[in-house]
Amino acid sequence: MTRQLRGRNAAPRRSAAQLSRGRAWWAVLFIGPAGLGLVVFYLWPIIRGIYLSFQDVGPFGGETFVGIDNFVEVFSEPDLGRALLNTLLYAVICLIGIPVAMIIAVLINTKGLKGRSLFRVLFFLPVVTMPVAVALVWRLLLNVDYGVLNLSLRAIGLPGVAWLSTPVVNMVVIAIVGIWMGLGTQIIIFTAGLQGIPDTLIEAAELDGAGPVRRFVSVIVPLLSPTTFLLSVLSVIASMQVFDLIFLMIDPNNPAQSQSQSLVSLFYTRGFLQHDLGAAAAIACVLLAIILVLSAIQFRLQRRWVHYE
Amino acid sequence: MSEPTSVMMRERAPVTVREPAPVATPRRTGRAPGKPLFWVYVLLILGSAVMVFPFLWEVLTSLKTLSGASSVPPQIIPDPFTTRAYAKVFDTLPFWNLLGNSVLLTVIRTLGQVLLCTMAGYGFARFHFRGKNVLFIAFLAVLMVPGQLFLLPQYEIIREMGLLGTIPGIALPGLFSVFGTFLLRQFFQTLPMELEEAARLDGANEWQIFWRVMLPLAKPGIIALTLLTALWSWNDFLWPLVVSGNVNSMPLSVGLSLLTDLRLRDDALLMAGALLSSLPMIVVFLVLQRQFIQGIAFTGTKG
Repeated sequence: MTRQLRGRNAAPRRSAAQLSRGRAWWAVLFIGPAGLGLVVFYLWPIIRGIYLSFQDVGPFGGETFVGIDNFVEVFSEPDLGRALLNTLLYAVICLIGIPVAMIIAVLINTKGLKGRSLFRVLFFLPVVTMPVAVALVWRLLLNVDYGVLNLSLRAIGLPGVAWLSTPVVNMVVIAIVGIWMGLGTQIIIFTAGLQGIPDTLIEAAELDGAGPVRRFVSVIVPLLSPTTFLLSVLSVIASMQVFDLIFLMIDPNNPAQSQSQSLVSLFYTRGFLQHDLGAAAAIACVLLAIILVLSAIQFRLQRRWVHYE
Repeated sequence: MSEPTSVMMRERAPVTVREPAPVATPRRTGRAPGKPLFWVYVLLILGSAVMVFPFLWEVLTSLKTLSGASSVPPQIIPDPFTTRAYAKVFDTLPFWNLLGNSVLLTVIRTLGQVLLCTMAGYGFARFHFRGKNVLFIAFLAVLMVPGQLFLLPQYEIIREMGLLGTIPGIALPGLFSVFGTFLLRQFFQTLPMELEEAARLDGANEWQIFWRVMLPLAKPGIIALTLLTALWSWNDFLWPLVVSGNVNSMPLSVGLSLLTDLRLRDDALLMAGALLSSLPMIVVFLVLQRQFIQGIAFTGTKG
């Protein structure tokens, strides 16, 4: 990509030289407003956030440097370890959504299928629905006593499950809701990837006698692997930051609430309910470190399974 | 051993090259019974049912009575049908107020972000100055950082500005976006330079070139960013939860979450509230579905 960018930048540089120095002022005009905002609200806050993680911040401001005390404090509490495990579990389960999305994308793009755009709209509907609303609806469906899921299980003679108040189980269930919510986006990105596969390759496989399943496994899956990789990196980054669903599906009355926090719900509790900004900043830094490590691992592993043409 | 293989190869090669007929036949025989297509429909209909059922249940429950919403065995069709829960949403929440806040926040953030990102994206794509690449890479680093890390300092800034609990306070950080700037920079880079130079020869200044020539050409990118920003802004939760603090500036997403705090245990009320809060964005999506889907595809492939 960098090579491409340089190639493109080379051309305007010449024409820029021919023009007056006035162009520099135009650059300030175009980039200035957004640039200033990005520096104030995004770049500076990163530095400030990391700085805060080494400070003890009083409830009304007033900072004292405390070294790594915030990290020591956060790590010595059992909450962080549990939140970390919960979040990792959530992120891993969410990855299952990617192959599901790929299969649905291939099904929706089957030649001769009617109602293609209707299916696409139906699968996309949860993406445009407010996450708060999604959480409320699924909370009702998963209710222990009168949720549709448990009532159906009981109807066929199985015991109901306390889906949302059993630790671990609730993370798995909420991750499945997360998959449900994000499937539409992934299907569309896979569809864009599928359109990049030349028909000739599929036809060649057909000619060699490969059936639909074989074509999927041997041609489509490897050719979609760059898209799969992109989606898995994005999925891990997003699911490590899960908050809305957990915050709303597990309310304070839930007996498993203290054991069912994600890293960001812990961040919210420490920062905005207990007003300990230093500890919250430390949790955000831990989250940043984990996301960087997980992304680096994914980039390292991609050589083994991602095929670029 | 070596002989038969060579014969086979000699026999095989001409078939694929010379005769186009076999290419078509297996395809036709594969599709003729329509069986694979039948299973495709079965799977997609089952999948769609999983996607749609929660919405269906949401609508049905919102029309039930208090006891009907939690009865065992469940009421499938509301008996009796009642709009009681909808009336209660308006009694319990300052709904119109929250709706107004959500609309205002979404419009401010979307218009502001699209204008600023378009300008900056154009600036990064077409202008050259010292330190540009360093600045751009610094901005890109922001994309790697989880939002929570800058949420705390953003909160401090908004507090220092005295904007906690106000619409401008909630909207302000969202006016700027690294993602949007990056998206539009990518877009402007694909546009040919010749157009710009032709306009310049005609005596247009830089702003006129941007506004009259380049902006119309970047329309697909701008539409994609507009829809995505509107969607994110409408559904945003953590930031307004932290900053709003009062009903006067609260968007629907935060207001809706208040319904769970009440010890009402009224599921019909929750469903009615959930439906009313997500409906505006769902309607926008149904009207502009093609643009939404293209926008997502666009960001997935470019980003």
